[in-house]
Amino acid sequence: MLRLPRFKYLRPKTAREAAHMATELGPRAMFVAGGTDLFPKLKRRQFEIEALIALDFLSREVHAGSHATELGAGVTLSAASAHEQLGKQFKGYVEAAGLVSSPPLRNAGTIGGNLCVDTRCNYYDMTYEWRKAIGFCLKKDGTICLVAPSSPRCWAVSSSDTGPMAMALEGVVTLAGADGERELPVAALYRDDGIDYMAKQPSEVVTSLRLPVIDGNHSAYVKLRRRGSIDFPIAGAAVALQLEGDVVRRCRIVLSAVASHPLEARAADEFLTGKSLDEETLRAAAEIAAKPAKPLDNADLTHFWRKRMVRVVVEQAIALAATRSGGSRVKLLGQPTE
Amino acid sequence: MTAGNNGFSVIGKPFPKPDAVSKVTGRAVYADDMLPARTLHCRILRSPHPHARILSVDTSAARRMPGVVAVITGADLPIKFGILPVTQDERALEHEKVRYVGDPIAAVAALDEEIAAAACDAISVEYEVLEPVMSIDEALAETKDERIQDYGGPNNIHKLVALEFGDVEAGFEKADHIREDVFFFQGNTHLPMEQHSAIATFVDGRVTLWSSTQVVHYVHRALAKVLELPMSRIRVIGAAHGGGFGGKTDPFAHEIIVCKLAMLTGRPVKCTLTREEVFYAHRGRHPVLMWVRTGVTKDGHITAMHFKTALDGGAYGSYGVASTFYTGALQTVTYDIPAYRFEGCRVFTNKPPCGPKRGHGTPQPRFALELHLEKIAHDIGIDSVDLKQRNFVKPMTRTVNWLRVTSCGLEECTERVLTASGYRNRKKQRGRGMGFAISSYMSGAGTAIYWNDMPHSEVQIKVDRGGVTAYCGAMDIGQGSDSVLAAIVAEELGLQPRDIRLVTADTDTTPIDLGSYSSRVTFMAGNAALQAARKMRVMLVEAVAAKMGSASEAVAVGAGRIGDFSFEEASIFAEARFGTLTSAGSYTPPKIAGPYKGSGVGPSPAYSYSACVVDLDADPRSGIVHLNKVWIAHDVGRAINPLLVEGQVEGGVYMALGEALMEEQAFRKGLHKWPSMLEYKSPTFMDMPEVETFIVETVDPEGPYGAKEAGQGPLLPVIPAVSAAVFDALGVWIDEVPVTPEKIVEALRRKEKGEPPRFGPTSFPLIPYPACIKVEPPPKTLEVGSASAASI
Repeated sequence: MLRLPRFKYLRPKTAREAAHMATELGPRAMFVAGGTDLFPKLKRRQFEIEALIALDFLSREVHAGSHATELGAGVTLSAASAHEQLGKQFKGYVEAAGLVSSPPLRNAGTIGGNLCVDTRCNYYDMTYEWRKAIGFCLKKDGTICLVAPSSPRCWAVSSSDTGPMAMALEGVVTLAGADGERELPVAALYRDDGIDYMAKQPSEVVTSLRLPVIDGNHSAYVKLRRRGSIDFPIAGAAVALQLEGDVVRRCRIVLSAVASHPLEARAADEFLTGKSLDEETLRAAAEIAAKPAKPLDNADLTHFWRKRMVRVVVEQAIALAATRSGGSRVKLLGQPTE
Repeated sequence: MTAGNNGFSVIGKPFPKPDAVSKVTGRAVYADDMLPARTLHCRILRSPHPHARILSVDTSAARRMPGVVAVITGADLPIKFGILPVTQDERALEHEKVRYVGDPIAAVAALDEEIAAAACDAISVEYEVLEPVMSIDEALAETKDERIQDYGGPNNIHKLVALEFGDVEAGFEKADHIREDVFFFQGNTHLPMEQHSAIATFVDGRVTLWSSTQVVHYVHRALAKVLELPMSRIRVIGAAHGGGFGGKTDPFAHEIIVCKLAMLTGRPVKCTLTREEVFYAHRGRHPVLMWVRTGVTKDGHITAMHFKTALDGGAYGSYGVASTFYTGALQTVTYDIPAYRFEGCRVFTNKPPCGPKRGHGTPQPRFALELHLEKIAHDIGIDSVDLKQRNFVKPMTRTVNWLRVTSCGLEECTERVLTASGYRNRKKQRGRGMGFAISSYMSGAGTAIYWNDMPHSEVQIKVDRGGVTAYCGAMDIGQGSDSVLAAIVAEELGLQPRDIRLVTADTDTTPIDLGSYSSRVTFMAGNAALQAARKMRVMLVEAVAAKMGSASEAVAVGAGRIGDFSFEEASIFAEARFGTLTSAGSYTPPKIAGPYKGSGVGPSPAYSYSACVVDLDADPRSGIVHLNKVWIAHDVGRAINPLLVEGQVEGGVYMALGEALMEEQAFRKGLHKWPSMLEYKSPTFMDMPEVETFIVETVDPEGPYGAKEAGQGPLLPVIPAVSAAVFDALGVWIDEVPVTPEKIVEALRRKEKGEPPRFGPTSFPLIPYPACIKVEPPPKTLEVGSASAASI
């Protein structure tokens, strides 16, 4: 069987201490929270490290307030998905958390970990022996991208479900570094690069996520994957919507798994704002939102089909959010795929 | 034989499996759980190239690594082996040429697995890379560099078969309508929960191997050949088993390697394959391209059929010759086809070798045949169920290719699923559909893998003051063969299954059973157990009768008593009277193969029958299929344990739905595209619909208590029923497995554009089949006396 490599397991007591360790060890160490994605990757030798810095100290508390709700980064995905108050305020977020992987992995995996989850590619998420046989890729040990050999960059896919939803909900993370804390909108946490996909410093620890309460905001997350459980997204739409009657006052659409970062559909947001939401505008908005999605042949099913499906999931997510907002002119366009 | 359950105390009752508690509590000892003192761990270096000559192998750096105890290469194990005597084409380690990514080259035994893996990485191999052959078309074409194997041909063809039964051309002339179709069934793998694992010791000049295998006897034979040891110096024991489905039915390289390393080091050596290596060991479902032409009268009676298949075999023979015959053998066992021509071809490609997976070689033609008949019914305006029913075979008949049909529950199975599902009254509604299909499977192959006249299964029973022990080589791979043995012995001796101690699958202590493949164990080991138990019962009854001073016929057996005495008392009387109480039973199938070359594949002492209805939603926009419910009826002859039969039926449905909708052994750049349980998609609990199972009992004249198989047959009808239901929902034919959303969307696009509303292959390649062997069909009605109660 595949074995874990040998490594030191460090257990700092605070985020600051963890950040210090990370600064000192640099690329020889990684943080681990739930470890549900990290450990299999270590077994496949996708990361080569000397030490893991455990983030067991992270808060597992959810503080629901009237202006904002604060989730400790150590809250498990199971706990987030089952949190009653969170569900009332941010339905889309608990939906996204509940659709990550499978129940055992949600019991271990954390919301902080899912925000930071590594980008994926089916040329990269393979064992050492397989990658050696096909020829190593840019993301690990190689010099070319096997999906797009003429491209200078890595096209691994952002595969977080909760990240796009936290962005649509205009969430803010707290980052703890060796020299103190800072806040960063989730929207600024990612970069469009399959390798350096996070904009935070490698030594900074995500310690919490704050979701602001925006009156009248309703959210929904629709995830496309082959099976009813386990699978990473092959497309997804996170929508936060504020309606006044049927008129859109505010809208945030963010796509999952169609680029190396969660993809904001700003043009669709702008298109919808101020419009009366009926089926026609909804379809038009979904088409605009889907346009920049560029799935490649490095995930499940064909990328042609995935590209076609982006529109479908966006429509479903907008319709779902609109229904939750009391929108009367949009019936549910087909069932969400889950 | 008694009909119904009346009169039985064990047979027909849902007893839990004897191994259930140990498995769910984690106490069962699988091969990988074993860790004798001083065990060494083995890892295998495998080829990174799909096709290459090996120029040199340098193991010196690996040998120098601390913790490495032994390194072996192909030079240490040069003798070829293979499951079929006609295709001895594998080596445990290859030193001349590699034929797929994953082909074993060298093996290391080390103090731990990490060291063994690092040592494998330190072995340097020089290759001369050859052009890989990755498809049926490429294999049929002229070779670019050299052929994959040095036998078979032309080009990379492995095996060609051509048989004709009756006058096919005359049959087509009689037809009012003739239709041709082409289908493709993608390859897929078994995906057992337990990876293959084996551990060997070498003590006092004797090798002992514990392995997760379905075939201890065939592994025993292969070890003797490759290790050059007499079979008497080798012992093979089947460890607790975590699933096979046909994937552990060949002798495997790692089994031979651990034995060799144990012989060289004198220490126990263990090898457990990684999940990725299990995908390379494979022997799974062959990808098969199929062409079928059928003539029917205007009322839907089949007049002739011509069936052609092309199997993508992967790099080695494995069971491939048998698989090839199987793609043509069982069409006739469900439908009365008066004239039938079959042409089959298997090719070599640079992929992991294909072999038997649940349904061995028959799910692919079943998929084609059922959809083809749906289309014919559509063409001539007859309801497809009616058309199929009009052609159903009848019990006690012989098919045109000489297969003997005894009991047959096709009509009843069909009726049960149609009634329960409301198929005939379903509402026509875009996006929702139902599909119906039937099938049949063998209850054990009528011929052994290597030619011999010996029994296929043997059972011994020992009775003494310590109770009853039954010995049999049969391997319980989760299908419940231990339950069947215990139930039969208990029934005959008037005991409960828990009273029967079982010793199984150990070549030193148990008589031979050929293995858990071809759905043979209930029928064959069951009949052997029945014979042994009845002989034992005769002794016990005779001893008690003497004690009671009454006739043997007056001695009742049951509820733990024999006549006026407890079973234990009876056994004491019998032992005093006869000496050591042992009895033996064996089963040899009747000689039922037809009088032609190639007739050995297909005959079985009995055939099971299944019928199925699938209800699903198919979304026209996304092509996503949601399964609502599956109804399935299975003619098992008699359910020795209905709980286990239902488990087998549901498991078959589950596996079929995975094959129908998602599973795919796909390749990219010469490599398996996704050798992992995350990326090779197989259904989760969330994807599994409700299944309603109907057990149909036809009480077969030769099965033990009338029993037939249940392990493989129920998979077969589900796959075509899914595709037929998609047609019912959306009006498009998906003539290719798996039926994925993208194929449905593409077929709908073609339909909108006015093109043929289907997705699937459009042509069948030109294959140099030989001239057909012409076979005169047998008399249709089975002569009286040719099927009779097993003579006990």
